[in-house]
Amino acid sequence: MESFDFIEIKVPAKPEYVGVIRLTSSGVANRMGFSYEDIEDLKVAISEAVTNTVNHAYEKDEDGEVTIGFGVYENRLEVMVADHGGSFNLDQVKRNIGPYEAAEPIEQLREGGFGLFLIDALMDKVEINSDSGVIVLMTKYLHENGVGLDDDQISTTQ
Amino acid sequence: MNLTVDVQENEGKSVVLLAGEIDAYTAPKLKETLLSLTEKEGNKVEVNLEQVNYMDSTGLGVFVSGLKSTKENNSELKLVQLQDRVYRLFEITGLIDVIDVDKTVQGGY
Repeated sequence: MESFDFIEIKVPAKPEYVGVIRLTSSGVANRMGFSYEDIEDLKVAISEAVTNTVNHAYEKDEDGEVTIGFGVYENRLEVMVADHGGSFNLDQVKRNIGPYEAAEPIEQLREGGFGLFLIDALMDKVEINSDSGVIVLMTKYLHENGVGLDDDQISTTQ
Repeated sequence: MNLTVDVQENEGKSVVLLAGEIDAYTAPKLKETLLSLTEKEGNKVEVNLEQVNYMDSTGLGVFVSGLKSTKENNSELKLVQLQDRVYRLFEITGLIDVIDVDKTVQGGY
C-alpha cells in the first residue's frame, strides 16, 4: 500500500474563503517541492473547483460547506473538493466547457462555465464523481527533473 | 487576498488600475465598477492589470461581461500590462482572440 499524508480542511461555502484555500494549497504544494509554475496552476485549478461549489451553494441559498482533501504522495498531489449537499447539473456543466472560438458571436460568449475547462487544462488528471453531491478529484504529478539529474551525476562518478 | 480598484479619467479615457487578486470574492466589486464605465456611451476603458498577481475564471467572466457591455453601448475595452500567469489564462481559454489584450509593459521598449 502506497503511503501518503492526508490533510483535510472544511470551510463555509462562501467566496471569502476561496482565497484561504488557495493559500493553503500553495503551502502544501510548496512543501512538496512543486515549481512556481505548477503551484500557480494548482492555485487556479483548486480555486475553480471551490468556486463552483460556492456558487452552487449561493444559487440554492444554502449555508453549505466545502471540504478539501489533500493527498500528499511521494510523486504527486491529489486534491479532492467535495460539496456536501446538492449537486450541480453535470451534463450542463460539461456542455458548457471548452475554449472560446474566435468565430463565436460575442452575444454567445459564456461568462461562466469554463472553470472545469481550466481545471482540465491545468491538472494532469481530473475525475468527477456525482454519486452523492459532487466530488472533483484532481491530480498533479511532481516532475523532479532536478533529482533525476542529480541521480545521473552520482551514477556516472561512481 | 484583496483587490483594489482605482479609476482615473485620463485624456478622454477611463483608466482602471487594479492591484491584488481577482477571484470569486473580489470579482463582484470589479464587475460593478467595470460595467459602470463600459455602459457610458462611446467611453474608452483601459484596464491595467500590472499589479494583479492572481486571477481565475471569475475574472475572465467579468471581462467577458465587460466586452458584451461595450457592444451594447458602443464603448471600448482594452486590457493592458498583464502578468504572464494572467495572460496565459486568456490564451488557454481562447479569449485572447476575442478581447483586446495588450501584454506589453508601457515604456518597456
